[in-house]
Amino acid sequence: MTTAVSAGNGAGSGDLAEATSSEASLRRFLHGLPGVDQVGAEARAAMLGTRSIKTTAKELAIDLAIRMVDLTTLEGQDTPGKVRALSSKAMRPDPADPSCPQVAAVCVYPDMVPFARETLGDSGVHVASVATAFPSGRASMAVRLADTRDAVEAGADEVDMVIDRGAFLSGRYQQVFDEIVAVREACARPDGTAAHLKVIFETGELATYDNVRRASWLAMMAGADFIKTSTGKVSPAATLPVTLVMLEAVRDFREATGQMVGVKPAGGIRTSKDAIKYLVMVNEVAGPDWLDPVWFRFGASSLLNDLLMQRTKMKTGRYSGPDYFTLD
Amino acid sequence: MSERLEVRKTYKLYVGGAFPRSESGRSYEVTDAKGKFLANASQASRKDGRDAVGAARKAFGGWSTRTPYNRGQVLYRVAEVLEGRRAQFVEEVSASEGLSRSKAETSVDAATDRLVWYAGWADKLAQVVGGANPVAGPYFNFSLPDPTGVVAILAPQDSSLLGLVSTIAPAIVSGNTTVVVSSYQRPLPAITLSEVMATSDVPGGVVNILTGDAAEIGPWLASHMDVNALDLAGIEDADLVRDLEVAAAENLKRVLRPAPGTDWTAQPGLERMTAFLETKTVWHPIGI
Amino acid sequence: MAENKVSTGSTGESGSTGESGSTGESGTTGESGTHALDARTAFEYAPAPESRAVVDLRSSYGLFIDGEFTAPGAGSSFKTVSPATEEVLAEVTEASAEDVDAAVKAARRAYDKVWSRMPGRERAKYLYRIARIVQERSRELAVLESLDNGKPIRESRDVDVPLVASWFFYYAGWADKLEYAGLRSTQPLGVAAQVIPWNFPLMMLAWKIAPALAAGNTVVLKPAETTPLTALLFAEICQQADLPPGVVNIVTGAGETGKALVAHPGVDKVAFTGSTEVGRAIAKAVAGTEKRVTLELGGKAANIVFDDAPVDQAVEGIVNGIFFNQGHVCCAGSRLLVQESVAEEVLHSLKRRMATLRVGDPLDKNTDIGAINSRDQLEKIHELSDTGDAEGAERWAPQCELPSTGFWFPPTIFTGVTQAHRIAREEIFGPVLSVLTFRTPAEAVEKANNTPFGLSAGVWSDKGSRILWMADQLRAGVVWANTFNRFDPASPFGGYKESGYGREGGRHGLEAYVR
Repeated sequence: MTTAVSAGNGAGSGDLAEATSSEASLRRFLHGLPGVDQVGAEARAAMLGTRSIKTTAKELAIDLAIRMVDLTTLEGQDTPGKVRALSSKAMRPDPADPSCPQVAAVCVYPDMVPFARETLGDSGVHVASVATAFPSGRASMAVRLADTRDAVEAGADEVDMVIDRGAFLSGRYQQVFDEIVAVREACARPDGTAAHLKVIFETGELATYDNVRRASWLAMMAGADFIKTSTGKVSPAATLPVTLVMLEAVRDFREATGQMVGVKPAGGIRTSKDAIKYLVMVNEVAGPDWLDPVWFRFGASSLLNDLLMQRTKMKTGRYSGPDYFTLD
Repeated sequence: MSERLEVRKTYKLYVGGAFPRSESGRSYEVTDAKGKFLANASQASRKDGRDAVGAARKAFGGWSTRTPYNRGQVLYRVAEVLEGRRAQFVEEVSASEGLSRSKAETSVDAATDRLVWYAGWADKLAQVVGGANPVAGPYFNFSLPDPTGVVAILAPQDSSLLGLVSTIAPAIVSGNTTVVVSSYQRPLPAITLSEVMATSDVPGGVVNILTGDAAEIGPWLASHMDVNALDLAGIEDADLVRDLEVAAAENLKRVLRPAPGTDWTAQPGLERMTAFLETKTVWHPIGI
Repeated sequence: MAENKVSTGSTGESGSTGESGSTGESGTTGESGTHALDARTAFEYAPAPESRAVVDLRSSYGLFIDGEFTAPGAGSSFKTVSPATEEVLAEVTEASAEDVDAAVKAARRAYDKVWSRMPGRERAKYLYRIARIVQERSRELAVLESLDNGKPIRESRDVDVPLVASWFFYYAGWADKLEYAGLRSTQPLGVAAQVIPWNFPLMMLAWKIAPALAAGNTVVLKPAETTPLTALLFAEICQQADLPPGVVNIVTGAGETGKALVAHPGVDKVAFTGSTEVGRAIAKAVAGTEKRVTLELGGKAANIVFDDAPVDQAVEGIVNGIFFNQGHVCCAGSRLLVQESVAEEVLHSLKRRMATLRVGDPLDKNTDIGAINSRDQLEKIHELSDTGDAEGAERWAPQCELPSTGFWFPPTIFTGVTQAHRIAREEIFGPVLSVLTFRTPAEAVEKANNTPFGLSAGVWSDKGSRILWMADQLRAGVVWANTFNRFDPASPFGGYKESGYGREGGRHGLEAYVR
């Protein structure tokens, strides 16, 4: 707690720079963060899950959730055709209703980026690409960086990297830190801008909330624009309590440094009801500032159609059915 | 050569491990069952009661945090020392209660055995009256007995040693400290028991013994706000019982009511121990 | 009613929330595309009231004696109101000494003729049946509880009523197993007089009635005068369960009714939950009788936060400790003892969290803090908290619009409190937290124990050995470590010192109801 205290008291980035100055100080810092009591964190998440979001609040939440979706396809069977179709859907999720907002981004593998880019054009829907030998990350650093550069060069607006969970779990925090920094540098474009970096922890492999909190701070200090729960390839993927811990981390990081970092739960969020629970949590834990696609995303594929069905129900008063929504 | 003059004993109070006279300077005549003069005993006053409560409170922290094993050993040591003074106790019990020698022996032996019995409870009681509670949630939850604090004991009037030991031992074995008002008419075994306590590793203040009139000192102990519990074993007058209970209610003392006609030779059961125990329940989440 | 929903505003002082401008140099903003992502609308939760339609309120109620409701309106009566709106909910009979006598006699008859003779396994089945009906009618019970008491429906629905069902379920199982409980005896005492408070009307009823009936006693129960309705609904449940007449009798009324019940010579056992003041009077009233007594009284629990605490959960625990049920909780963590080295940080987090508490309509499913139970109680809270100001403590509450009708008090903390302040010593029984600091574990224990009460305590630390040391040192009947305000029928609950005597819950809870 002591460390976070000094951070929380606004000592700011200077202290954090000190924390990342050596392997030992980094370890001290991360292990000095307050612990997370599993039962208490889960109880808090469950309580927030009981919030009842109705009528106008629900309409607002559903549109917001649609705008926060990173519409994702990350399959070996992906093809340019599939990606083009998905990209079209991203821009016009409900062809029958032009008032339906666009999603935030389409998330694909690096080799699919050109096709997404081509379809999305300047629609405002971002192209996000996983990289760094997603999902396991088990490749040499050179390969992972090449993967990243490849995605950025192909036109990715956002890069979703995975951390080396093996290194993290064996306590090689400096290595994980340095790798995030290196990937972040690989996100740079020749014009001086950079793709936004989302750092995936694969929280299902980190096993404890203490680790999730440490990974969050590690990634934020290394310059992540977003911290993201999961690849979607490991179970459990995103959960409410894991996201709670990450939202607490970005909230505390802003108090310490003034900088906002985004949060992206990914995997396993399939229903509007679930999505709204996340939004309630964002609202009450990190605060309303995070209720924006710039700061919060859902990594999901099937969620969008459920949101659209609920949206239609709200508008028409009838329950809808899957046949009325596209399946890309 | 002249006959040797007997060295008579001065009977005093036992407070905080020392043997003071009553601050009031009073004493009273103690006779045997037939009315023959035995000795002068200190007649404790309310201020002696107050001092004894202070001594008991001071001793509570140390005694209650001894390991149960250690408290058991101390109680057993009391039994050993009591047994060593068997002859003296037999004589005093015989004289005080008007018992035959053999009946007095039986009574003294029962008192010794009672101490041994309670000594063994020290490190078993928590398992019998406490334990894990299977709550519906991810919590480790257990209940443990914890001593109530300072117990004022108005000891039985008739059973001068066995009754006395049978009220003190269950209170202290779990870690309480005590202020005891002995039998008024039969105080000599109590005074000798004080000497046993003083020489058997019982820390000063754990057992404080006042000789005197429970009807006089009892109300002061019953109303004392730093006394946590009250054992009315020796009070027979129903009005006094009620008054003492009313006084005890002021700070919600735990009151063990008298049970007239108690057979002190009978197997006591747990009740006299659990009467002066709190149940403390501790919760902790189970998580990684 | 729906308009009562008011969410509290931002903390104002913290500066941590609500300032979107503080995002700093992060380059992510501004590039968010063309679809008006910056049109950020406040995520206000629309009212989500639970329907009252499920509750079938009568305009007036009689007493429940010998399996039947007496005719309402005989004798004097009083009104019970919704503390959230001051709307009169129903007229309730004030039981006279004669009514109490009739109830005790009915309980005696039922005890002698039916209940004490019934095999435990049959008693068990009645209790199981009651547990099931409580589950079946849970929504109705929860809504009525929130209406009459003012507590948020989230709590009555998720805490009170489930615990009521579980209490009956738990003690049902003991009814035919008393010989294995290791008690003095397996014989019931007879007729139990039970007087319960208004803070958890139905839950306290369950805590009292379930063990009493399981052990073979019959009961006459008096609910609090401001919250009689769920007890009367419970009487209907007894009828629905075909519980033999007289086994449970409910007499409504205020202090005089309670006195008559406690003093009735036909009563063998008195069980009371409520204030230490009344508990003391009861202990005096039964002095010199054979009546057995258990008392569950006031508290002034310390909630102790160490510098190595899991701070986010500790803050939740502090909030839950003092704001659960508007702080109308005998075991509320009303004294926060926070280690000096982290006091500023913890207070900052606490205030930030308090700013998100939603005060308002108890029936709104999103309400965190409901109404104060009565005008009297509200006045007591005002009076005691005013002494906090007068004695120099610093008051803080989040910006919080309170409804104009009904009884309301905002979640409040006082900092700069010392042991000498009245608000650190007296039970406020409202959403008011006194914050004190300490430097060492020994000092924390000393301050925590420095009170005539001893009901509960909380400890927050990541160090196992310290938690156990603290748990050992604290003179309190319940120690919540890294949690707070948890209840379970298997878990004994009750106080040290002036918090009363006897335990409710678990095997220990049966002891109060056997010879």
